[in-house]
Amino acid sequence: MPPKRQVRVGTQWMYARDAQRALEEAIRVAEEEHREREHQIPFIRKYVFSTDHKWIGIQYAITALTFLLIGFSLMLLMRWQLAFPGKPFPHFIAQFLGQSNAPGGVMLPEFYNQLGAMHGTIMVFLAIVPLAVGAFGNYVVPLQIGAPDMAFPKLNMMSYWCYLPGGLLMLSSFLFTGGAANSGWTSYPPLSIIATQGQTIWILGMVLLITSSLLGSVNFIVTIFQLRAKGLTFMRLPFFVWAQLVTSFLLLLAFPPLEAAAILQLMDRVAGTSFFLPSGLVISGTPLTNAGGGNPLLWQHLFWFLAHPEVYVLILPGMGIISEVIANNTRKPLWGYKSLVGAGVFLGFMSFVVWAHHMFMTGMGTVISAFFQTTTMIISIPSVIILTALIISLWGASIRFTVPMLFALAFLPMFGIGGLTGLPLGLAAADIHLHDTYYVIGHFHYVVAPGTIFAMFAGIYYWFPKATGRQMNEKLGKIHFWLSLICINCVFMPMFYQGLAGVSRRLYDGGAQYAHAKNVIGSNVFISSAAWLLLVAQVPFIFNFFYSMFKGKRVGANHWDATTLEWAATTSPPLGHGNFVVIPTVYRGPYEYSVPGYDAADFLPQNVPDDTALPPASGGGMLAHGAVAQRED
Amino acid sequence: MTAHAESLHAVEGHDAHHEIEIPYTVHARPDTGLYNGKLGIWLFLASEVMLFGALFSTLILLRTSAPTWPRGWEELNITLATINTFNLIASSVTVVLAWANLRLGNLKRGKLFLGITLLCGFIFMGIKAVEYASKFQHHHYPSTNNFFATYFVMTGLHGLHVLGGMVVFTYLLLTADKWYAKNRDQFTNRVEVTGLYWHFVDLVWIFLFPTLYLL
Repeated sequence: MPPKRQVRVGTQWMYARDAQRALEEAIRVAEEEHREREHQIPFIRKYVFSTDHKWIGIQYAITALTFLLIGFSLMLLMRWQLAFPGKPFPHFIAQFLGQSNAPGGVMLPEFYNQLGAMHGTIMVFLAIVPLAVGAFGNYVVPLQIGAPDMAFPKLNMMSYWCYLPGGLLMLSSFLFTGGAANSGWTSYPPLSIIATQGQTIWILGMVLLITSSLLGSVNFIVTIFQLRAKGLTFMRLPFFVWAQLVTSFLLLLAFPPLEAAAILQLMDRVAGTSFFLPSGLVISGTPLTNAGGGNPLLWQHLFWFLAHPEVYVLILPGMGIISEVIANNTRKPLWGYKSLVGAGVFLGFMSFVVWAHHMFMTGMGTVISAFFQTTTMIISIPSVIILTALIISLWGASIRFTVPMLFALAFLPMFGIGGLTGLPLGLAAADIHLHDTYYVIGHFHYVVAPGTIFAMFAGIYYWFPKATGRQMNEKLGKIHFWLSLICINCVFMPMFYQGLAGVSRRLYDGGAQYAHAKNVIGSNVFISSAAWLLLVAQVPFIFNFFYSMFKGKRVGANHWDATTLEWAATTSPPLGHGNFVVIPTVYRGPYEYSVPGYDAADFLPQNVPDDTALPPASGGGMLAHGAVAQRED
Repeated sequence: MTAHAESLHAVEGHDAHHEIEIPYTVHARPDTGLYNGKLGIWLFLASEVMLFGALFSTLILLRTSAPTWPRGWEELNITLATINTFNLIASSVTVVLAWANLRLGNLKRGKLFLGITLLCGFIFMGIKAVEYASKFQHHHYPSTNNFFATYFVMTGLHGLHVLGGMVVFTYLLLTADKWYAKNRDQFTNRVEVTGLYWHFVDLVWIFLFPTLYLL
């Protein structure tokens, strides 16, 4: 019979089993006390001006998902006009739009432009980034690194409370004279400077959003550097945390130039300066009275200096989520963790030197074009490394086809299509033909819609049990997945050949007035129908989300048998403010699945001590942590 | 009081505030060598470099592509700006002295130097106001030409940063006694972090002065 071992808890020596029982009881009592304390926090501090990263994450998630639906709806309105140019809307929609935007139910070109500009702005700045960084980053990062909260909880709260007013301000601009901003989400001058009032509101909204993301990014970087649990070295960080770290650096350094540009554009609009207005500008036959001497290209440089890194802000957190889901559902370590990290960091760095590939057609000159074409080709390498590593991770795995895994598996080819169709756009010569056509729309929507948004869905299905203690319904999830996958491809695939035929992306009538578009614009009705069906496909998700919150199947703390700290070291949902009863200690890398020679389970959580005799039951790591020494009986 | 009762007391005190303890808010994490606030302010300053960097790039681009560009010394008051430059440099020294005195446990002198720093801020803003007023008197506005547009935007944004620093210094001065007694290290850290920001604001002026006034 093997000798019975004892562990020391504080000053007391106990048999391991007794110690485990005692600690379980202690943790139960501590949690109870913790919950009681939470009850005493006044409503407004707990749910409105909360400083708890988990609640702020949920605030971000719900707000961002709402904006996602709003942004999507704007596009659905545009798709009616594109499918049936000049035909009045069905009565119930026309009524809602009002006579000033759609007299007689027919959308005005000005209103179409507002919808276009606001769709882009809302989707990028109010929906995807807040969802990817604000929601997932906030909720998951502190838990994954074993931190009690973000480094600056009050800044975190402020970050949300800059985001929400910024978003509402943007939306409110529809109510101003002349409507919302209508110069595209890129707000190119001189158009944006002579545009209606809505543009000023757009700039003020942007300033709030930039402030929000600045506060957030400082907070994330400090949290990841400073609050990692003991033993959690950088090369033991889950890839999701790495992705968030790189993303935060991009937000930190790329947004300020846009803030500067926004200030300059605001000055041009309200103080009569000419930063972006050239001399001798004539508008509708009237010469502009501004001093002139400015440079419209300057805005484009400043804008794309943000907006290209922004593309990687959109995709990196998605890649992080996909990595977590794939490692968990293949039950084996990610293939090439180090290359993933290296590629992620290199991607972040390179994203600062590719911005002008958005400007090949502006007449910058061939030398500059050649430079940016080269850097653009280089930046595709790390993206390919990441995608390849994720695909090879599937090799030889016995895959669990859970709903998050389905979304993750779809992400790989969808992002692949989005990425590969980007190559011709990065070559200055091919871009002459493809620039500003529907091909561009197809390309970046493949990256962001079935790419990033699918990753967001994967993340929601994956971490839902963590946040609520309940699982989302699998059947509804699968219906949501398959319908969305089919519809979204029907929306964006035809855009590639429309674009190749030369149809411009900015046409109010979808190209009806152009002979070269004649053969391809028939598919506009098909695309629009698929887009409306895509809305229907979201109904099971929305229902599932709220239904499962209250009625979903209750699940254990570590529902997916995962190795990372957010699952292995906390309850589901985690404790209130503070997260952990005992801050965990980390002993190994993030993806120790199916470890040879370890037979107790097919996963070995990061926080289970190497020499522990305890099984890795949920919360096991917390128990083992209390033991500071061992001796044999 | 027994040790046990003492620890109970500590737990109750903890409960009353509903606060959780974030590690390394006051003392440095050994492997990074920084406390949270210090890393935070360095990152914030990195983003500020990008903000002002974009504005300086704008100035360079507009100026190099303009057929004519006024000389700074012909349009602006170099004497006042020189006084302001030395004024800001002096305030950068006093803020370090404030921090050093607080570290050494000399609250009174620490507060004195904080006060002098704040005073320097007021002098800077006063001189700037005189400069702006004289420009407006001569009907020189941001809309006059791109020289004045960049002048007003860059010095205006810098002025807002000075103002921000002054607000923080006022807050630090008003809460110094209470805070220093409660948590000396934390208060000293806040002065250090504010000082780092103040140095940056100073540094931006060191770049603005030659580019706008002398070139």
